[in-house]
Amino acid sequence: MTFEQSVFYVLAAVSIFSAVMMLLQRSPVNSALYLILNFFCLGGLYLTLNAQFIAVVHISVYAGAIMVLFVFVIMLLNLGDEKRLREHLGIRMYFGIAFSVALLAELLYILGFSSANAYVQQSPSAAEIGTVEYLGKVLFTKFLFPFEITSFLLLAAIIGAVILAKKKVVQ
Amino acid sequence: MENILQLLSNPIVSAVLMALAPLLFILPYALVTIYIEMKMAAHIQNRLAYMQTGWHGTLQPFADILKLLQKEDIIPTAASKFLFILAPYLVFVGTYSSFAVLPFSSAFIGSNIDLGIFFLIAVSSLVVVGLLMSGWASNNKWSLFGALRSAAQIVSYEIPSALAILGVVMVSGTMSTQEMTHFQDGGIGQWIIFGGNLPLWQKLSLIPFMIILFLIYLVSSMAEVNRTPFDIPEAESELVQGYNTEYSGMKFAIFYLAEYANLFLVSAVVVILFFGGWTSPFGTFLSGPVWGAFWFVTKGMLFVCLNIWLRWTLPRLRVDQLMYVSWKVLTPFALLCVLAIGLIVVM
Repeated sequence: MTFEQSVFYVLAAVSIFSAVMMLLQRSPVNSALYLILNFFCLGGLYLTLNAQFIAVVHISVYAGAIMVLFVFVIMLLNLGDEKRLREHLGIRMYFGIAFSVALLAELLYILGFSSANAYVQQSPSAAEIGTVEYLGKVLFTKFLFPFEITSFLLLAAIIGAVILAKKKVVQ
Repeated sequence: MENILQLLSNPIVSAVLMALAPLLFILPYALVTIYIEMKMAAHIQNRLAYMQTGWHGTLQPFADILKLLQKEDIIPTAASKFLFILAPYLVFVGTYSSFAVLPFSSAFIGSNIDLGIFFLIAVSSLVVVGLLMSGWASNNKWSLFGALRSAAQIVSYEIPSALAILGVVMVSGTMSTQEMTHFQDGGIGQWIIFGGNLPLWQKLSLIPFMIILFLIYLVSSMAEVNRTPFDIPEAESELVQGYNTEYSGMKFAIFYLAEYANLFLVSAVVVILFFGGWTSPFGTFLSGPVWGAFWFVTKGMLFVCLNIWLRWTLPRLRVDQLMYVSWKVLTPFALLCVLAIGLIVVM
C-alpha cells in the first residue's frame, strides 16, 4: 500500500465514522461538531486528489457555516426538545427505512458488481488543474455565465434575508 | 553522524522537524511578550508593575508559569468532559497550523504552498470552533455568552479582513506568502503599503487605498484576537472571564499561549501583506536569510507592541457598536478599495 492509499483509507474511515456519529448523536451541538470533523476529512480527501483550492475553500466556507449553525442551534432550539422530535416521526419513519434500504442496495451493487470502483491512477495534469490560477482562468472564460448566474442567485438570497430581518415600519 | 543525516533526509522526519520549529519561537516569544505587556500596561497607567522577582521583575513570567503548572486542574462536574478537555488544544492547533505559511526568512518557511494566505484564513477559523466548544462544554452561562459573542465577532470581522487581503493579492498577483515577500524585495519604497514594485504612477495612485486597507486589516485583526477594544467575549465586568471562566491550570495556560501566538500571527500577517515581510528596509544592505529572520521578527514585534499599546489605551466597544463598525464602516470601505485597486492594476 502506498503512502497516498494509506492516507486515503484513514481519511475515508474517519469521515464515515464522523458521518454516522453525526446522525446518532442526540445533542444537536455534538452533531454539529462531528459535521466539522467530517468536513475536515473531506478537505483532506480533496488534497489527496491534488485539488488544493477546493480543499481550502471547503474548510473555510464550511467551518464558518457550521459555526453559524452552531450558534443558531444554541439560540433557537431548546436543547431539551429532542424527545418531542422523536414522537413526530410516525409514518415518515417507514419511508425513511424504505429509502435507506434502497440506498444500501445501490451501494452494495456498486461495490460488488461494478468495475468502476477499481483504484484509478491520477492523470499527471491533475496537479495543474487544482491551482488557483487555472481555476480562475476557467471560471472567468469558459464558465463565466454560470459563475455570474450563481452570484446573482446569492445576491437575491442576501436581499431576501435583509427583507426578512427588516423591522416593520409602524404607520 | 551519517545515520543522523540519513534520518534527517527522510521526508516524514524532516516534515515533523519543520512542524516543531515554530514552537521554538512561540514559547520564548510568549514569555517575552507577557513581560512587555505587563510593563507597558503599567507604565501607561502610571505604575511600575513587577519589581520584586529578578531585576525589574524580569523573572516574573517564569514564576507565573510555575504557578499555573502547579494549580489544581478543575473540570466542572456538569461539563461535557471530552469537549471541555479538547477545546483549548483545538484553539492552539488552529493558531499554530497557520504558522506553517509564515515565511520567517527567505530560507525558512514551514510549507511554501500556492495558497499561502488563503490557507491561513481557512485554518484560523478553527479557533472559533474551539472557543465555541469551550463555552458550550463548560455548561456555564457566562462562558456560553462569551463564546457566542466571539463567534459573532469573528465571523463579522473575517469579511473586511479577507477583503483587505484580497486587495493585496490583486496588487502582488500571488497568494503564496513567500512570493508576496519577494514581490516587495528591494527597500522600503517597494513595500506594498507604498504600492509594491509596480510602475510609478500606479504606485502613487495605489498608496491611499493601501493605507486604508492596512487600517482596515489592523482593526479587524485586533477584533480577531479578541483583545480590547474588541474584547467583549471576555469582558470581565460583564462575563466574569468569558469562554475560559471554568478553565484553570495547564488548560488555561494553553488558552493564554494561543492568544499570544495569535497576536504574533496577525502582526506577522500585517508585516507580510503591507510591510515587506522579511525584506530589509534598506534594499540589499543588511539582507540575507539570517537578517531576514531578524527583520521579520522585529517588524512583527513592533505591531505586537502597537496592539498592546492600543489595548491599554482604548475603552471597550459595545456589542452594537462592534457590529456597526464591521458591517457599515469597514466592509463598504474595503469593497470600494478592492474596486479601485482592481481598476488601477488593470489599467
